[in-house]
Amino acid sequence: MSQDNQNRPWGLYIHVPFCASKCRYCAFYSLPSPSSDLVEKFVSALACEMELYRDCGPFDTVYLGGGTPSVLDTEQIYLILNSVRRNFRIEPGAEITVEANPADISPQYAAELLRSGINRLNLGVQSFDSEVLKFLGRRHSPGDALASIKCVRAAGFRNIGLDLIYSIPRQSTDQWLRILEQAVLIRPEHLSCYELTLEPGTPLAEEFRDGQFRTDDETFSVLETTSAALAENGYVHYEVSNFSLPGMESRHNSKYWDHTPYLGLGPSAHSFRGRRRWWNLSSVEEYTAALQSGKSPVEAGEDLKDEQMGEEFLFLGLRTARGVSLSELQHYGLDLVNTKTAILDACINSGLLRIDNDRISPTVKGMAVADALAKAFLA
Amino acid sequence: MDHIRNFSIIAHIDHGKSTLADRLIQYTGVVDARNFQDQILDNMDIERERGITIKSQAITLPYRAEDGGIYMLNLIDTPGHVDFSYEVSRALASCEGVLLLIDAAQGVQAQTIANLYLAMDHNLEIIPVINKIDLPAADVERVLEQIDAELGLDPDTHLACSAKAGTGIEEIFEAIVERIPPPKGNPDSPLAALIFDAHYDSYRGTIINCRVMDGRIQAGDMIRFMSNGAVYKVEEVGRFALARQKQNSLSAGEVGYVIAGVKTVSDVRIGDTITSDAKPCGEPLPGFREVKPVVFSSIYPIASDDYEDLAVSLEKYKLNDASFIYQKDSSVALGQGFRCGFLGLLHLDIVQERLEREFNLSIILSVPSVRFRFTMRDGSLVQIDNPSQYPNPMQIAKAEEPFIRATMLLPERYLGAVMKLCTEKRGVNSVLNFTSPTRAELTYEMPLSEVIFDFYDRFKTVTQGYGSFDYDLIDYRESNLALLDILVNGERVDALSQIVHRDRARARALQSCERLKEEIPRHMFKIAIQGAIGGEVIARTTISPFRKDVTAKCYGGDITRKRKLLEKQKKGKKRMKMVGSVTIPQSAFLAVLKTDQE
Ligand SMILES: Nc1nc2c(ncn2[C@@H]2O[C@H](COP(=O)(O)OP(=O)(O)O)[C@@H](O)[C@H]2O)c(=O)[nH]1
Ligand code: SF4
Repeated sequence: MSQDNQNRPWGLYIHVPFCASKCRYCAFYSLPSPSSDLVEKFVSALACEMELYRDCGPFDTVYLGGGTPSVLDTEQIYLILNSVRRNFRIEPGAEITVEANPADISPQYAAELLRSGINRLNLGVQSFDSEVLKFLGRRHSPGDALASIKCVRAAGFRNIGLDLIYSIPRQSTDQWLRILEQAVLIRPEHLSCYELTLEPGTPLAEEFRDGQFRTDDETFSVLETTSAALAENGYVHYEVSNFSLPGMESRHNSKYWDHTPYLGLGPSAHSFRGRRRWWNLSSVEEYTAALQSGKSPVEAGEDLKDEQMGEEFLFLGLRTARGVSLSELQHYGLDLVNTKTAILDACINSGLLRIDNDRISPTVKGMAVADALAKAFLA
Repeated sequence: MDHIRNFSIIAHIDHGKSTLADRLIQYTGVVDARNFQDQILDNMDIERERGITIKSQAITLPYRAEDGGIYMLNLIDTPGHVDFSYEVSRALASCEGVLLLIDAAQGVQAQTIANLYLAMDHNLEIIPVINKIDLPAADVERVLEQIDAELGLDPDTHLACSAKAGTGIEEIFEAIVERIPPPKGNPDSPLAALIFDAHYDSYRGTIINCRVMDGRIQAGDMIRFMSNGAVYKVEEVGRFALARQKQNSLSAGEVGYVIAGVKTVSDVRIGDTITSDAKPCGEPLPGFREVKPVVFSSIYPIASDDYEDLAVSLEKYKLNDASFIYQKDSSVALGQGFRCGFLGLLHLDIVQERLEREFNLSIILSVPSVRFRFTMRDGSLVQIDNPSQYPNPMQIAKAEEPFIRATMLLPERYLGAVMKLCTEKRGVNSVLNFTSPTRAELTYEMPLSEVIFDFYDRFKTVTQGYGSFDYDLIDYRESNLALLDILVNGERVDALSQIVHRDRARARALQSCERLKEEIPRHMFKIAIQGAIGGEVIARTTISPFRKDVTAKCYGGDITRKRKLLEKQKKGKKRMKMVGSVTIPQSAFLAVLKTDQE
């Protein structure tokens, strides 16, 4: 029950809003090549922010995401993690992840990260094809990617994740499968495969403003093929875009999908506790200014009603292979078995959903239409 | 009485009747130019937008003629569509003459002829008026030939105008005064007044429009409706400027209104005779007929919570539309609703649009049907207009369906295509006349149900808009009928059932399936659409599913955004109805009747 999830250890997310340069498809808030002064201000602001939340926790995951946390030097990362330990209870064996750009990884950097207590590295590889990397506007090369993986393994990381992007225009399914093969050879514990989407306002979206990007049917068939290929190699498809070796799911990210509390620090970070969601100012300047003058950097928040809790619980759960508990939905006033019988049956009969006692869970086909499933049940 | 003229404008649709009426009104200064647009346009948006007059109305135009006299010209407006032809005939019975308006570019069309015949039936003075002479495509010579050859009228009697530009208007007024005879009638005889229209006013109740033939009517009189003997006390009489204008009395020859505490429009019958309760006239005025709906469909609210709202709205709507009837009904697929009767498909469209627009309702209409007649084995006769009440086929001894006579006027070059269409629509007993060497008048006897089913659209398409069409109900004929059910993902949707001719069942089933395939959006699972008679599936199509609908990333900040999006999409679902696992858009139910042929 999610009531119990409320009592489970929290996740701590720290948003590092900087990147060395801007990728062509990215609509995240992040500042390219920030001044060292700003970065320093940000690091001290983080420490101030933590003091506002000392009642939160305990935590069993910490996640430095971005942006590109690897634009920070190891000293800055030490500083941040030290503040974390000073302010919060971090459980023994906690999963502590940092996202990194392959170009930023050197043997020394990797070793320092490990020493700072980080035990999981997520590398933004995106592709092993230099054409694709160029198309995406990434600053690293396939060589950087391979070198960085070697580095982090050599440094002693036992838990690494790779991010890949598929559904690149003009990329054939075969070309994609070759990239996937290469990834599988490396045997990362975790793989995220994201469909490339056009985010309004990005240079990529501009380029494809009038032209055909690709059809959803094509994307679906790539996703289905990907899932099958990875399954053959022992990877579990546990969320729409996420795969892992058994037991190596991202513990941190899973909290987002089952209403476990999490605290988000840094500009634009989102937090969740009980029925409350709140989020920070997104501009680094405003965020640091607020904290410097002793004010809260929270921009706004909302308290979810039962109905909204139920909606979230449903659409988030339907993204994951674990699915969602029917009795728990009922607790929020969503009685699928009795009020959505026909759709439920149609989805089960057409192989989108499985039902097992109290849980409904999506098949791969179902995950590919998880949003539609949620819409159908909520209509 | 010498200074009264009662007249109508009759025309094929779009030939400019409303424009000319507006122009006449404007010319006599009943309303000043500044208020003109607003006042007239306020009245009925839908009529304006569709370019048709739904309900006839009347207006009295004071006119100072060249002879120096002031004349009261009563313009009685007539509905411009075949669905309302009875109402047209009652309006014409209130007149002594008509302006027969003909578009200078289009020439004589089917309703020109149909309306001319109606006017002739009533012995009216007919003034042919050629309109739109300002158009570059205007061909007055050709229209004159048609007036002579096709209408059998003296072309020398014609007038020409441009209602739009306002030319030729004065000549029209003079012709009305000079050529249309003043009304006859005796003010001292017992009262006989013809009801040609009625509408509902929320302050005064029903306003009856009538033409006094004989006698006189004034406030305080006790009057009687001759069709049903109902007696009322007159509260007010008067005539129509743009607003009502109270008068002391209305007497023989005059056109005006009567307010007499009549609660609803449905208590009044168009064509009925009003007489004096104390001193009734001997005979009612001729031509009275009870108007009966011929097309039936059920109305359901999209959200079942809106049922009460719908009930209240129908009651209000009905106040102003005596031709519309309804009663409670319920559907397995769509829940509680109302079975409704209409004069025709256009009337149905108008009612739907007004309910949605004026009463802010989201509704679904079931597939329209005509009324069939069944003689059962036990000798009883049942009339069925609702496919869901189709009798047990084993018990049917004889099935009959209503037939119409369709009158079509078209350039000779389209004859082949139209005849083919009519045969396909089970048309029989065709009669072909050439009104001129290149124009044909074609009549067919056809089942009404076929005319409802996409005939208009196809006829317009095959004649490229040059054909015109009119129809009368004639009789019931024996027919081999069957109940066609539509199943969506295995579930029978009763609101999509149709009563069809067995020979046409397969084609109709296939067409219905195809139309639904176009209307129903793709779902995440495959949808099977089947047409079946009894248990036997005779047509089938499938809608393939969409395969992907999910955002790639959903972490911290994405969640709130995503929930808000979902909530928004939920609100946007108003015009869709869930039937079992399938969401069917409102438009699908009526679309089943429409053609998909280009
Ligand atoms: N050019 C031109 N157009 C006209 C004239 N009279 C009417 N129309 C146009 O013809 C269309 C149909 O006119 P309307 O009065 O609505 O026709 P109704 O259906 O007979 O009432 C409208 O677009 C008018 O503006 C005219 O004298 N000249
Ligand atoms: S590194 Fe990541 S956050 Fe930075 S611009 Fe590229 S995609 Fe965006």
